Amino acid sequence: MASGASTLHGETSYRYRKLKSDSMMAVTVGATMVTLIPLFLVLGYLLTKGVASLNWAFFTAMPAPVGEKGGGMANAIVGTLEVVGIACLIGVPVGVGAGLYLAANRASQFTNWVRFSANVLMGVPSIVIGIFAYAVIVRPFGGFSTLAGSVALAAIMIPLVTRTTEEMVLLVPPELREASLALGVPNWRTTLSVVARTALSGITTGVILAVARVSGETAPLLFTAFGNRFWSTSLFHPINTLTVQVYTYAISPFADWQRQAWAGALVLTGIILALELGVRWVTGGAAKAPR
Amino acid sequence: MSESIAAVRHARTRAPVHARLFGDRIFNTATFILALSILALLFGLAVVLIADSFPAIRAFGLHFLVSTDWDPVNEQYGALPFIYGTFVSSFIALAVAVPLSLGVALCLSEMAPDWLSHRLGFLVDLLAAIPSVVYGLWAVFVMGPWIRDYVEPPLAHWFGWTALFQGPKVSVGMLSAGVILAIMIIPYISSVCTDVFRVVPHTQREAALALGATKWETVTTAVIPYGMTGVIGAIILGLGRALGETIAVAMVIGNSAQISASLFKPAATLASVIANEFAEATSDLYVAALIELGLVLLILGIVLNVVARALVLGVQQRRYRETGK
Repeated sequence: MASGASTLHGETSYRYRKLKSDSMMAVTVGATMVTLIPLFLVLGYLLTKGVASLNWAFFTAMPAPVGEKGGGMANAIVGTLEVVGIACLIGVPVGVGAGLYLAANRASQFTNWVRFSANVLMGVPSIVIGIFAYAVIVRPFGGFSTLAGSVALAAIMIPLVTRTTEEMVLLVPPELREASLALGVPNWRTTLSVVARTALSGITTGVILAVARVSGETAPLLFTAFGNRFWSTSLFHPINTLTVQVYTYAISPFADWQRQAWAGALVLTGIILALELGVRWVTGGAAKAPR
Repeated sequence: MSESIAAVRHARTRAPVHARLFGDRIFNTATFILALSILALLFGLAVVLIADSFPAIRAFGLHFLVSTDWDPVNEQYGALPFIYGTFVSSFIALAVAVPLSLGVALCLSEMAPDWLSHRLGFLVDLLAAIPSVVYGLWAVFVMGPWIRDYVEPPLAHWFGWTALFQGPKVSVGMLSAGVILAIMIIPYISSVCTDVFRVVPHTQREAALALGATKWETVTTAVIPYGMTGVIGAIILGLGRALGETIAVAMVIGNSAQISASLFKPAATLASVIANEFAEATSDLYVAALIELGLVLLILGIVLNVVARALVLGVQQRRYRETGK
């Protein structure tokens, strides 16, 4: 009888433990659901409010004067392409070159310091990078400019591109490199035409993810590219970008501007998600931006 | 015979070798300079921030960090309200984000089958892809009013006796900023935690299961303790993100340089005040004071990131030492 009772006790206890286990695991599923709610809410609002506010003028017209209805973000859309494009021209060669160096000279102490710096730079708040671009470009050149905005974004891109390039190059089998060197191909040609070409799709993936990251940046552009209600014709003049325009319109008191902020946010998020989803689709879901 | 050997030897030692070495030297130097530019970028960042904040450092000294005066008209600058705002909003964010992120990470690493885990992980990662300004826009028009109408009244009703939940219910303030920050840092914390839990060796789980542990007991006795330093690293990484996050916070925190115990009140963070005031700062001392706020932010960011990465790396290396994988 006594042994029976203890078995019974054991079973209740096991049932309690099992129940506790199951409910805790259900809680983790619940946490995942709760976490995804904001994602669907944000995307849902963007689609409903954004699509309702989107029209032809948004893509083709210039911003309307303060407080007036209508107008669009044509200059901001072009401005974003311009600032990000120039940031790529600066950031991609530096990032890829540095990544190739890190992958080729793994054992040196210098490599460790550079890799450490790249990691640290990835953790530096983007607004601090903005201050840096302000101090080295805006002030010496005497005004807010496209170039300053691009330099700020390039400084954010460089460590991301460097780290992905290094990782991707290390995935290239050493035999390929050795085969090329054994045929008498000089080291630099081996690195560029064999190693870098083999890693090209991975390096491109890293670059696209870095572009997606900096396209959504607002803070470092507030006092570098600054914003401009007209077309910008010079690298040394302020320029409008989608993010800064959405920011200005969102905090403005005018209903029509707030309406356009939703349209701008939809277009911006659409571009960035298209880049991220495109990269994942091509790489089969493996690609992830370094953090 | 000897002639042909001589010819081969000649061919091998002729100019092409020098050309080859020359090309290599150019290539090595070029990539070395590019790599050096990363070191220079970080170094330059620190030097520029220290040099440009020097007028403020000289004018206020260490008092800058503890003074609560932020008065551009009278050229009085103190960082304390912003340091306070940065930490309080970040801690609200962590209080919301850490339990949820741990839940997500455990669900992805222990519960979900692989095919589902990767799809869910991808959706959580998408949270990190949405730009800060879009979160800000959504928080201003949707989340803020919702918090004012449905979150703040019950908090005030039940916990109004604490100083934390007193005052008028408004849609902008510390609480809104903390919640939007939480949404923004969850993908970072949960993705690092998921990686950390995934490197916990299977033998560790099997040992616990063999002793009769339930799934949850396995998690609490074998998985979490093994990955604890990594989890702490992930949390610190999330804190680093939260401290530096700018635009979304600037849009919903209310931007007021005051220290108030109430979480309903508007406040400001280091990053939000720089975003709001930098382009309009007129005097040199004003700009220097704002840059000094940036310097504080830079130092916090560097310290937290270095510590966090060291902790996360530690878990992965321990796994490597123990299992060779």
